[in-house]
Amino acid sequence: MGQPLLEINNLQTHFNTERGRVTAVDGISFSVEKGEILGVVGESGCGKSVTAQSILRLFDEKYTASYDGEIKLQGEDLLKLSKANMEKIRGNEVSMIFQDPLSSLNPVFTIGFQLTETIRIHQKHTKQEAYQMAIELLRMTGIPSPEKRIDEYPHQLSGGMRQRVMIAMALACKPKLLIADEPTTALDVTIQAQILDLILELNEELGMAVVFITHDLGVVAEICTRVVVMYLGQVVEEANVEDLFTNPLHPYTKGLMKSIPQIEGNRSEKLNVIGGTVPALTDIPKGCRFATRCEYANDLCKEKAPDLQLHEGHHKVRCWHYADIARKEAVEHAIPTS
Amino acid sequence: MPYQQAEPILEVQGLKKYYSVKGMRREFKNQQVKAVDDVSFTLNKGETLGLVGESGCGKSTTGRAILRLIEPSAGKVLYNHEDILKKPAREFRKIQKDMQMVFQDPFSSLNPRIRIGESIKESLTIHSIGNRNEREEMVMDILGKVGLRPDHYFRFPHEFSGGQRQRIGLARALVANPSILILDEPVSGLDVSIQSQILNLLQDLQDEFKLSSLFISHDMSVVRHISDRVGVMYLGKLMEEADTDTLFSNPVHPYTKSLLSAVPIAKVGRKRERIVLKGEIPSPLNPPSGCIFHTRCPYAMDVCKQVVPEKIQIQDRHTVACHLYN
Repeated sequence: MGQPLLEINNLQTHFNTERGRVTAVDGISFSVEKGEILGVVGESGCGKSVTAQSILRLFDEKYTASYDGEIKLQGEDLLKLSKANMEKIRGNEVSMIFQDPLSSLNPVFTIGFQLTETIRIHQKHTKQEAYQMAIELLRMTGIPSPEKRIDEYPHQLSGGMRQRVMIAMALACKPKLLIADEPTTALDVTIQAQILDLILELNEELGMAVVFITHDLGVVAEICTRVVVMYLGQVVEEANVEDLFTNPLHPYTKGLMKSIPQIEGNRSEKLNVIGGTVPALTDIPKGCRFATRCEYANDLCKEKAPDLQLHEGHHKVRCWHYADIARKEAVEHAIPTS
Repeated sequence: MPYQQAEPILEVQGLKKYYSVKGMRREFKNQQVKAVDDVSFTLNKGETLGLVGESGCGKSTTGRAILRLIEPSAGKVLYNHEDILKKPAREFRKIQKDMQMVFQDPFSSLNPRIRIGESIKESLTIHSIGNRNEREEMVMDILGKVGLRPDHYFRFPHEFSGGQRQRIGLARALVANPSILILDEPVSGLDVSIQSQILNLLQDLQDEFKLSSLFISHDMSVVRHISDRVGVMYLGKLMEEADTDTLFSNPVHPYTKSLLSAVPIAKVGRKRERIVLKGEIPSPLNPPSGCIFHTRCPYAMDVCKQVVPEKIQIQDRHTVACHLYN
């Protein structure tokens, strides 16, 4: 593989708050290859959405936010671009869909108006052409009778339909990268299944890479090729989807997987629990950030923060003891406890 | 084995909640939205009954109608063989002590200007349980049981995290020592690591207080984990009901099947036959004739469009409303 489509190097996003400067994303590095679906998982407050929005520089840089590091899109550092040039990237090269499509659509304009507006901002087309393109886009995203739907207002559509409209809008300029920030979280499971199928289909047909942000490990297993697990503003584990689910290394990833109730297999009496809660960003632990909740933590973890190290292949993990834990577990598996 | 000495504690029979539609448009005149339409089920002592379905299926309305937070339009709710829907308000108060509810978002159900200890104590005051000192002690006691500290008594709701607030919600429901707990999406707003903490706590408390619970949720895997029996709802109707293991290993209703197949599984290499439903839930204002599911059902026959399917028992403790099994 040559140059990756998107390469993030040591990205930091800081916010000025009443309680001082907070670093919501602290030293994130990962890359997205052409045409792949990368999952970013983590619980609320881990910085996954901030990472996504930082890629497009959506935060107010004048007063609240500042960035460090590099975000390279096909070799070009987005953090160094001028405002005007950044504008050309947004929607053209990289576009984004959000969790709640109703608050991203303008309630007083028809979806047709909003779609044609998007098209005409980025490309030179007459209103008529843009209108026809909008109908095509709606058809592509699976909206039935798009000729009629195009003149409706957002409130006339259901949640699933609105998300389809958002996807249509994001696809308007055939972006190379789509950032999907929890696009199915607000939807029912049967509708979620439809939208996930649509994203997979578009990924295959258009060869568009996707950064899929979610808190749901089930969704990750279903559609992603590679996964980044985040905790408190840092990447704690990165792996191919098979490796992550068959051989999770970080205690946080392990705990997370064991604490989800399963829909098949044996029903366990009790769920595994990760004790405690995520510390506040203003009160980040000194050593390993997960040490306060980790059952394997010792003095080393509390003193010194581990680096993201390569385990094998593309599997990276940020933990002092992952090798020991894996060994210990292998032994426990070999000797069944009676 | 909770169901071997199955003794009903709450029987819901033909529960209906219709809303009449008001508005300017003529086509809506005299129309009704059937939010809950002829739902019947039995909750046995010590059992957890899960109620699943997608948004708008009437699962929350069912929960609220049982407690008369929303006055039902028709039907019976038998608690210890007495119809509580017919009770005058004064008598119903007494029964309310035995039935408590936990909501999805405890933040919006807690008064932000009242210390949480006082909020929890309110239910004791209303039901005149104990004297002033005893009440305070009982609140401290329940705080300990839900995993909070006694000094939390004096704090305000905004000082707590989501998981802690749900613990407060549980404490408030349990302080008057109820026998039935209705939980409306109690873990939906929580992260998975917090969700598992609350689910485990809930199981402990159910054992300790010998609770019978109605667990309302849209999350199949959570319902599977916590429930002994499960009912599946769609557009105000109960489509299928069975013991949890039966329902999840051998679902018979086409809706249940597709619902289960749509749940993403956190495992790789599990290629499942996914039944993707076409379209979306129809408007409850203008529900389909016959079987309410026939517009999206892959197996729909002619009879489904005309005749409403009856609830049939296909096995011991397994009922389904579908023409395929007639």
